[in-house]
Amino acid sequence: MKKTQNVTIKGTKDGLTLHLSDTCSYDELKKELDRKLSNSSRVQEEQQLLSVKVKVGNRYLTKEQAEELKDLIRQKRNLIVDDLETNVITKEEAERLRQETEIVPVAKVIRSGQVLEITGDLLLVGDVNPGGTVKATGNIFIMGALKGIAHAGSGGNKEAVIAASVMKPSQLRISDCINRAPEEVPEDENRVMECAYISDNQQIVVDRLQVLMKKRPSLTRFEGGL
Amino acid sequence: MGEAIVVTSGKGGVGKTTTSANIGTALALQGKRVCLVDTDIGLRNLDVVMGLENRIIYDLVDVIEGRCKIHQALVKDKRFDDHLYLLPAAQTSDKTAVQPEQMRKLVNELKQDYDYIIIDCPAGIEQGYKNAVAGADKAIVVTTPEVSAVRDADRIIGLLEKEENVESPKLVINRIRSHMMKNGDMLDVDEITTHLSIDLIGIVADDDEVIKASNHGEPIALNPNSKASIAYRNIARRILGESVPLQQLDTEDKGVFSKIKKFFGVR
Repeated sequence: MKKTQNVTIKGTKDGLTLHLSDTCSYDELKKELDRKLSNSSRVQEEQQLLSVKVKVGNRYLTKEQAEELKDLIRQKRNLIVDDLETNVITKEEAERLRQETEIVPVAKVIRSGQVLEITGDLLLVGDVNPGGTVKATGNIFIMGALKGIAHAGSGGNKEAVIAASVMKPSQLRISDCINRAPEEVPEDENRVMECAYISDNQQIVVDRLQVLMKKRPSLTRFEGGL
Repeated sequence: MGEAIVVTSGKGGVGKTTTSANIGTALALQGKRVCLVDTDIGLRNLDVVMGLENRIIYDLVDVIEGRCKIHQALVKDKRFDDHLYLLPAAQTSDKTAVQPEQMRKLVNELKQDYDYIIIDCPAGIEQGYKNAVAGADKAIVVTTPEVSAVRDADRIIGLLEKEENVESPKLVINRIRSHMMKNGDMLDVDEITTHLSIDLIGIVADDDEVIKASNHGEPIALNPNSKASIAYRNIARRILGESVPLQQLDTEDKGVFSKIKKFFGVR
């Protein structure tokens, strides 16, 4: 019987890729990996570290197992694991990802003293009045007037943006950056269709809505979810 | 079965009590049976504004604690034969003497006998507010064209929206000074209405006569010549379901030319 190979090494343009089969047991895989890496011993002379990608297919690896495999590969010669790719994620992880990337529509006026907290992107059809707060782990899009506080990327996402039809916030927060409204706002200033994002020098900048397509191209997503 | 309307504002001193007294008066003038309920326990003054202070024998807390029957505590206003009654608040206890559940029961009882129960709410959002709102079916939020009053009105509207028994609140803008609004020194009516995004049920101009009348214990709505009185009567008519156009604030210039235009019916 021809023994199927559980570990194959392929060289591509971007470097080496280790394909680990997902049909054998984990222990078998470890053994074979160990053997393979030891006996393919045309010892490379140069001691330069070589980064490899690892693809495990449809196998679910716990954190410990992933670490174990990485260690195993790292011990062997001058290989270092650059990326470990699996096709499988847990349900919790999937649910979290879905929530984080989901756009949550809310039709409501957020009044003084009210706080709206959301996981994912917030699409608010209504206003945020002074004294009201909206928070989202992702982006915030407000189709009414923003006169209160908006906090985008509340989980630490610095890429998050805030966009509003009328931008007159008392405070803007993105991740851990805070921006207060200027003391003197000219009465007649037309603050419509604007957005806020964190600029390269870690400051919150308010600009025309249209600059977002350049600054945050990742905002464009054709399908929701994953 | 009557309807209970709570008059509230969040901020103090914007004219809740005056509004309650005048809406009640105006409704009574329209031939409805009205009962005013003062829930500002410890700081009652609806009775003073109505000029009924001397005739109080029992109060709200006496009724709640069972020291008297509800009809014994009601003070009848003789100016409106049998149309207007007042249930005064206690002056000696404080707001914790009453629980929301007891208020609900009391108001439901009153609803059997009266067309409208107007509940005057104390300032703030604590126990007193909760008591006042407990039995209400509808709410009127009073504000003045000041940023602080509008801010508090916004807060109170947010709280009212959470009350399941209360319909979407209506807005009264009180103490409007038309010349200041015209100059842009005061928030204007449209600005306030869009900001709070609730229906406007009336605007009342700032009028010295209102203060004068309250000091005499006669609600201004009794005086048909005052602008504020007409404003309150209009609010009452809107509560009854009539559609009455908003009162014109005197912002039009009184030049000869505009008079001529008016004469020819040109707008």
